Amino acid sequence: MSSAGLALVAGHGDYASGLVSAAAEIIGETSAFVTMSNRSLGADEIERLMRELVSSRGIRVIFTDLPAGSCTIAARRVVRSQPDVTLVTGANLAALLHFASHEAGTAYEAASSAAERAKASVLVVGSPDGN
Amino acid sequence: MGIDLFRIDDRLIHGQVVVGWGQSMGLGFIALVDDEVATSEWEQELYRMGVPPEMDVYFKTVEGAASALSDWTADERPGILLTGDIDTMHRFIELAPTVRSVNLGGIHYRAGRDLRLRYVYLTPEEEAALRLLQQRGVVVTAQDVPSARPVPLDDLLATESAR
Repeated sequence: MSSAGLALVAGHGDYASGLVSAAAEIIGETSAFVTMSNRSLGADEIERLMRELVSSRGIRVIFTDLPAGSCTIAARRVVRSQPDVTLVTGANLAALLHFASHEAGTAYEAASSAAERAKASVLVVGSPDGN
Repeated sequence: MGIDLFRIDDRLIHGQVVVGWGQSMGLGFIALVDDEVATSEWEQELYRMGVPPEMDVYFKTVEGAASALSDWTADERPGILLTGDIDTMHRFIELAPTVRSVNLGGIHYRAGRDLRLRYVYLTPEEEAALRLLQQRGVVVTAQDVPSARPVPLDDLLATESAR
């Protein structure tokens, strides 16, 4: 597990379970992540569930999908009341893989490093004119 | 153009609105009508954070929104007006009776609410409030994303509830 402890992955549909499943295909089963979906949940319920998971599992990092997503909105409310929790939005597989193998530093450092890795993993391959 | 969609969604500004409807409609602005958010800069910043820079967001109380409606209606860009619950939309339409349609985009589970669609749960009082809107000539349909089929209120309330 990462030195930063457990992370919560939260988002639309099967985003979280899908990402964690994909991570397990690459690095093997990992206990680094807890997942949740916003499926069928209202804003209050998303926030309640997120707070419950953060509190009960000692989570210090939350990964979410869209900056405008309801999980991100809930996570920002959590971070506001719990400054020791760090949020990374727009997370992808590269971010999770990097986080899971992070071996030193604080939760914030691990989250920041994972975010940098996520950004660096997005590439455009091709030519502008299609030739 | 102006406001093309009057939507009740307890998540307010989120992925379905910004990306789903936003891209489909070529959305130019969002009018978020909520008395609490309209008086909190932190809440406004929270909702503004995920909205693309080319999209404007206006935060208004119910009364403020009713006053601003004529300006929004005259706007050349397509817009969405959002409320977080049925009561707020009801109060808004009381002050803005020109509204002819309401979209139920997300009213999720809460104690006392029964399942109508996977994204619409209603209490008996909320059902009555929607029927009242319909009796006043407002067309009420449920539709979470643009590609989904709009479900008329009568069909929605005719479904077997989980009560």
